[in-house]
Amino acid sequence: MSKEWPLWEIFIRSQHGLAHKHVGSLHAPDAAMAVNNARDVYTRRNEGVSIWVVRAADIVASSPADKDTLFEPANSKVYRHPTFFPMPDEVKNL
Amino acid sequence: MDDKVVYLLRLGDNALILSQQLAQWCGKGPALEEDMALTNVALDLLGQTRLWYEYAAELEGAGRDEDQLAYLRDAHEFRNCLLLEQPNGNYADTLMRQFYFDSWHYFLIEGLTRSSDTRIAAIAAKALKEVSYHLRRSGDLIVRLGDGTEVSHLWTQAAADELWMYSGEVFAYDAVDEAMVSAGVAPPAAELRAQWLAHVGEVFAEATLTLPPADAWMQSGGKQGRHSEHLGYILAEMQFLQRAYPGAAW
Repeated sequence: MSKEWPLWEIFIRSQHGLAHKHVGSLHAPDAAMAVNNARDVYTRRNEGVSIWVVRAADIVASSPADKDTLFEPANSKVYRHPTFFPMPDEVKNL
Repeated sequence: MDDKVVYLLRLGDNALILSQQLAQWCGKGPALEEDMALTNVALDLLGQTRLWYEYAAELEGAGRDEDQLAYLRDAHEFRNCLLLEQPNGNYADTLMRQFYFDSWHYFLIEGLTRSSDTRIAAIAAKALKEVSYHLRRSGDLIVRLGDGTEVSHLWTQAAADELWMYSGEVFAYDAVDEAMVSAGVAPPAAELRAQWLAHVGEVFAEATLTLPPADAWMQSGGKQGRHSEHLGYILAEMQFLQRAYPGAAW
């Protein structure tokens, strides 16, 4: 792919979805065309979807090496998890 | 043949021939995403073809189905506009053909949603979402190419000039079209042409392209079954299997 076509990450909220989910990536010369292309490549033009396109270069990811420092504290301390409270019936589905 | 059947076949033939042409880009587009988009448009048009044919076959009542209409008619029985059988050429040629067509197709379908024929209105309502997208997409790309590099501008202008004489056939109404207008089935030509010229002019201005003269001589004949030399080849490829194995089920 030529250097003028940067990579874009595509996030889509489906018709009954609550949040945008990362669905993949594509190349496009600019944001507007990335949205158009995302419709063709990832939604097949389903109605009621919302598309976010983000230039891949703008995404900052955590480093796999940081896994322990980022996630370990939560795993080893069960008292951090709100699992010890009996839930009232009215909010069973929370 | 009944006027309405002829009119429906024209709608179906336009969509089918353009769909067949676009499908030839499969795997050859300038980028993966463009490849997907072109074949998506081809699929949209094929879906519309089936709806028009289905209704035409019903009204005709001669026991023909959509497959027989698509695969067992020869060039002189096809009623698509000449614009759509023009070769794919380069990417600018393909996009300009698409843009001229979409600009008419959108306003036509939009008009047909108010057709006195409820079945036609329903098919148009379904197609409107698709053709709105087609129109937006091809217009966007014409602006990008026209207002792109020196070379892309040159090629896009060349495509615009080259295909111009095929752009007016859709507004040359014959007895069949006029019968549809008087029955409230189809929108009148003048109205569509004004909308078409306004839209194409607007996009061309943004694309820094020169609009060919609106009063230029226009080639026609496709709607009456008089085609250019291109259609026979398109049909030969499209219909080969059905001709070789008539009546085969798939």
